[in-house]
Formats: sequence, structure tokens, C-alpha cells
Amino acid sequence: MNPIVDIQNVTRTFGAKVALNNVSLTVEKGTVLGLVGENGSGKTTILKHVLGLLKPDQGSVSVFGLDPVTDPVPVLAQIGYLSEEDILPGWMRIHELQRYMQGFYQTWDQAYADQLVKEFNLDRTARLASLSKGQRARAGLMAALAYRPELLLLDEPSSGLDPIVRRDILGAIVRTIADEGRTVLFSSHLLGEVDRVADRVAMVKDGKIAFCESLDALKEGHLRLTAIFEASWQAPPSFLGLIAAEGQGKEWSLVFKGNIDMAQSFLKGYNAEIVEQRWASLDEIFVAYSRPTGVQG
Amino acid sequence: MGAVQLQITTNDGVPIYLQIVNQIKYLVASGRLSSGDELPPIRALAEQLVVNPNTVARAYRELEVSGVVEKRRTAGTYISDSASPLATVERVRIISERLDSLLTEARQMGFSTEQLVALLQVRASEMNQQSPNPRQEPTR
Repeated sequence: MNPIVDIQNVTRTFGAKVALNNVSLTVEKGTVLGLVGENGSGKTTILKHVLGLLKPDQGSVSVFGLDPVTDPVPVLAQIGYLSEEDILPGWMRIHELQRYMQGFYQTWDQAYADQLVKEFNLDRTARLASLSKGQRARAGLMAALAYRPELLLLDEPSSGLDPIVRRDILGAIVRTIADEGRTVLFSSHLLGEVDRVADRVAMVKDGKIAFCESLDALKEGHLRLTAIFEASWQAPPSFLGLIAAEGQGKEWSLVFKGNIDMAQSFLKGYNAEIVEQRWASLDEIFVAYSRPTGVQG
Repeated sequence: MGAVQLQITTNDGVPIYLQIVNQIKYLVASGRLSSGDELPPIRALAEQLVVNPNTVARAYRELEVSGVVEKRRTAGTYISDSASPLATVERVRIISERLDSLLTEARQMGFSTEQLVALLQVRASEMNQQSPNPRQEPTR
């Protein structure tokens, strides 16, 4: 089956800045892909390519098998979009927003829209500008969900929102997947949220994909161990698979990709004792790839 | 169908499907779930825990493969009749995990295994002298 989103070798520059550098990424039907990365790494630029708002300098983007730049209407009709920016017209009332959206989307489900308004405790007659930030985000979520889009695209949806609204947004992602196997692509810097709802996670770093893996495989493939060396080190000796080290003197915490046997036999050579070992958390993996040992020197 | 109370954490590296598997095994081992009990549907548990339904589905598959649960006629997932013989093995596994982290911590703090065993015995006898009901599990 063809992926819902298929990005192949996309490069995009803005003036002298290379925003995306040979990025390839696919999202399969019925799965959730979480896009993580530091601010300015290129996450939003990737999402804008999926929406057809940007055209790649090189490479190709296909969404539902179509080019979103040359064929935007059928592509956008099937995408529910919510961004961290507040893009809803403030003068509209909730029920006006519903009618407005209904005009654009043939698949608009008024019963579902009303159900969401009730669940989110939204006042149908309230103007969007008069709502709190959290309620505006819920209104945006209602507008993005009520036409039951095949692909839900969320750009930092929970940025700056309180935990209850964030839970509503996560709940919406969970329900989208549970319903008829629809697909979600979202970016977030809240790794705990990515951890809960993503099937796969892709990390963007300096416009490149640092990794793109199933979350389970990613966690099971990365270990974190604490070792006490016989001698003091400025930076601990490196071995194949080591991504980042943290510590000082004799005691170091290492995050590495690979199996424990490999690390054990290496550390034995330095008479290092492993005092703790476990799978690395997504947080630790993220930090390790953000600041790899090689770069620190 | 009894409500299943599970706690999902994203602070350590244990995959969420495995947290679900381990906790359901634990509930069976401790007798809070017994054979014939129905587990919530995948979608309901996913919404309750706010986790990906594919993750819950994977957990249920793993539990089915290891014989803890079985699918019956319709879509329901039930604790299987053969789940109880696993209990001893599970109990050993769960307590071993706790012991491992205790050992790690002791090692980091410079206690030898012998010192730890001695301390354990001291604590056990102190606990036996105290009231017979040292800690109450919250009831549900």
C-alpha cells in the first residue's frame, strides 16, 4: 500500500540558508508519526511542504498520491490542520465558524461538530476573539476534526497550552487513529506526548532526518548505562554506537545504540564497572542526538 | 468487565506496550485479575490511557502469545484459564526486577552484597516486630 505522505529527497533553501537537506520521510496509513527536533530544525518547513505551501527545490512530495503544490484542492480537502499559530478569524462566532467550514468541506459532519462543541464545553455563540487560548485551540481542533479528514496534521498543537487542553488534543489523535484507521502527522517538542501517541518518531536536526524509526524499536535499540572507570577521563573513550556521554572524572553516563554485550566487552578493556543499565528514554535519546559526543569533541 | 488501572510513564525507556503487558501480568499474578475477566476493548483502553491504539493492540497480541489472555468468539479479550500457572514465574520476575534496582543502588552507594543481605534481614525482623498491618493498599 502506498504511504499517505511520501517525501523523497527534498531539499529546500531560503536564500543562503538550507532549511531542508535531502529529507525523506513517509507516513503509512493508520499510523501516527511524531516529528521532533529543536526549534528551527525544519519541522514546520516539512509540514508546509505536505500542505503544498512550499515547493521543494529538489525532490518530491506526494500526499494521497498527489502533488500538493499542483493539486491542492483534493489534497487539502482531506487534511485537518491545526497549528500553534492562531489562524481562526476572531470576529466569527463558533456556529459561524462551523457554517464557514461546512462550505469548504463536503465531508463536514455537523452531528460530530456539535458533539465536539459539547465535549469541549464551547459556547456556540461566543466570538473566537473572546475565548481563552485553550478554548480557541479547542475550537480549532473541532474545526479540524469535524470533516473527518484522512490525514490530521498538527504543528506544535499543544504549545503553550494547559495540561487539560493538551489532553484533549492527544485524545483527538488517539480517536483519529482508532476511527477507521486514519493517519496523523504531528510535530511537538513535548516528548512525553510523542511517546504516548506516536507509532514512529522522526527527529529533524539542522534540516536533516537524524533518525526515523518505530518508537518501540528506537527505545529497545538504545541503552543508557552508567559506568565507573578505573581512571579519570576528560571525555570517555568512544566506541562504535556511542552517541553521547555525560559525566565527569571516573563516572560517566553513556547513551548508545546497540546491544549490551558490545558495550560490556569494550568497557571491560578499561576496567570500567557498569553500575546501572537500562533502556534509554525518548528524552535521553533526543538529548543524546541533539548533542552527540563527536560534536562536543 | 472490571476497570483496569494501569499507570503509563514516559520517564524511563520501557516501551509503552511492554508497560501494559507487564502491568496486566502483574495484576494477574497478584490476583486482581483472574481467569475469565474481560479486558477493556483496545479503543477504550487507548482512550483511557491516552496512548496509541496500535500500542494497546500490540500489548494484547503479546499477552495472547504468552497465554495470559485469549480472544473469545466476538471481539472480547479475556484472561485465559491457563494464566494462573504463570503466576509463580511472574511473581519471581517482578520481584527480581525490584531486586535488580536495589542491587544497583546499593552498589552505587558502596554496599557489598553481603552487607545488603545483612541489612535486609535486619529490616525484615524489625518489620515482623511491628504491627501486622504495616502498609495498606488503597482500596478500589
